[in-house]
Amino acid sequence: MQPLSSWLKARWPWLAVLACLTLAPAFLNKFYLGLMVQVFILAVFALSYDLLMGYSGILSFGHAMFFGSGAYVVGLLLKGAAWPLYAVLPVIIATGALMGVLVGIVTLRVRGVYFAMITLAFAEVIYILSASSQLRPWTGGDEGLHGIPVPAWMSPTAERVTFYYISLSFLVLMYFLARRIVNSPTGRVLIAIRENEARAATIGYNVFWYKVLIIVISGVLAALAGGLNALYFRNATPEVLGVGRTIDALLMTIIGGMGTLIGPVLGAVVIRVLGNYLADWFGPRWPLVFGLIFVALVMFFPWGIVGTLRQRPLRGLAQWIKRLSRGAGQKAS
Amino acid sequence: MDNTIILETNRLRKDFGGLVAVAGVSVKVRQGTSHSIIGPNGAGKTTFFNLLSGVFKPTGGTIYFKGHDITALPAYQRSHLGIGRSFQITNIFPNLTVLENVRLAAQSRGRDNFKLLSDFRAFGRYQERALEILELVGLRGKELTVAHALPHGDKRKLEIGILLATEPELLLLDEPTAGMSQEEVPGIMEVIGKIKASGGKTIMLVEHKMEIIMRASDVITVMHLGSVIAEGTPAQIANDEAVQAAYLGGTHTYRGWRAHQP
Ligand SMILES: Nc1ncnc2c1ncn2[C@@H]1O[C@H](COP(=O)(O)OP(=O)(O)OP(=O)(O)O)[C@@H](O)[C@H]1O
Ligand SMILES: [Mg+2]
Repeated sequence: MQPLSSWLKARWPWLAVLACLTLAPAFLNKFYLGLMVQVFILAVFALSYDLLMGYSGILSFGHAMFFGSGAYVVGLLLKGAAWPLYAVLPVIIATGALMGVLVGIVTLRVRGVYFAMITLAFAEVIYILSASSQLRPWTGGDEGLHGIPVPAWMSPTAERVTFYYISLSFLVLMYFLARRIVNSPTGRVLIAIRENEARAATIGYNVFWYKVLIIVISGVLAALAGGLNALYFRNATPEVLGVGRTIDALLMTIIGGMGTLIGPVLGAVVIRVLGNYLADWFGPRWPLVFGLIFVALVMFFPWGIVGTLRQRPLRGLAQWIKRLSRGAGQKAS
Repeated sequence: MDNTIILETNRLRKDFGGLVAVAGVSVKVRQGTSHSIIGPNGAGKTTFFNLLSGVFKPTGGTIYFKGHDITALPAYQRSHLGIGRSFQITNIFPNLTVLENVRLAAQSRGRDNFKLLSDFRAFGRYQERALEILELVGLRGKELTVAHALPHGDKRKLEIGILLATEPELLLLDEPTAGMSQEEVPGIMEVIGKIKASGGKTIMLVEHKMEIIMRASDVITVMHLGSVIAEGTPAQIANDEAVQAAYLGGTHTYRGWRAHQP
């Protein structure tokens, strides 16, 4: 074990961020806490996408199906069947996993863009099902499910601070889980598959099952995020299954930096917070402005914000942060 | 079946559309020997290796490894049975370090591949094995270099390092010296010499450099246009008329020509 002081020295920026987030409810009003909750939920969704695209080189255009299914499981079981929340949790996990296995086994026979197109088709089928009028008695059709009963102790409106802490813990937990996975022997194999799939097979890795495994893990994470999303908004509408959700995940991952985990979390902050302010300032034309900002971000940060700062550590912000932390470290010792 | 035969193919065939790349090749490779495959460009040597290592499925014929029919097995299972492969066109993990390239190959031999929640650095044995192999192939000191930044000669060494880390019994070396400068060739040959000296390994080597083939082989099989046109000791092959004709381009004088007709 390394001594505590060096552990702290290496991690103090993270601990500082975590401390700020923990103290945030003392300073922020309900509206901003709500915005943060949405950032945390989106961040987990983005994390799950990064496990696929960034670490395993699997391009999926259907990731919304996992997120949306988590939301609908919450809606159907809490509202429709009046289940207790603790019983819903394993169902969300099982649904995400099952869909992951199914999608993996059915669609992994093809690669790259073809895989992406089939996942898109899969997700569209589920989207259309969710909005279909025949299923209206259960799913609410194109209007979706509203007024999902959330236990009073974690009510997103009355007990927003509690909900905030739940979402924050959820993100932190999922982040560390994802971190462990990418640094595990399995995670290294996934990176090898991303780098050179054929070679990974010739040195003895069963590429297919590794890919199914990461789709399942990613699917479970996304479904959990979708479930929390349904609890926060108390609804599950076809929108959470739509391709727009997948594009959000794609954008957050690209903006933050593929294959960095923390990048997509940052991407979630950018997307949600920027989206909020741009909508305030520019009204209905905000997506246009966002598009321009996105193009600029991609130009200046071709590997995403975190990816680019890591690749060019001698330039700009990263150097500044490093100097700052070194200075602080010296002062502390 | 003769138990000293480690690999046998029976009328192995691969068609690419109308092109017959491997046209019914039957060879027997004895355990512990150096069995080279030579032949002019396009003879089908690489395709033959692709069939043996499971990169391609054959369109006909069978492959036996240690007496078992492995024709239908996927590449990763053949790797675990003990068939290792290096590539003519360097085939590495370009954005990973030299060490990680070899460490991953070593890790594939263990039982820790699905330990999702442990840190990979906790399994030091794979790293130790990888370092041993980097020493053997002469890449010690470069373990933290990103693979794509290596000079060509070092990439060829890494290619062999990855192969060795999978502890194969049968090594398929596809032109290990391809694209190397004259000065770099002895380094690779020394590595191959060390593998041979370590004993027990069977080496199948594809090469164009004749002096290497003549020195390093026990048996040579000559392919041309997808077929075997000669097989024998280096001395026998050096004096074979059909082989000379094939290399000189006299395409009507050897038997393989017929196999290539529609
Ligand atoms: N994937 C493929 N698709 C179509 N044709 C192929 C493919 N691979 C090889 N071929 C063809 O098969 C024939 C044999 O090629 P192969 O690469 O096996 O020859 P080789 O003996 O290894 O030649 P070289 O000495 O140049 O490496 C060639 O005509 C080649 O163009
Ligand atoms: Mg070849």
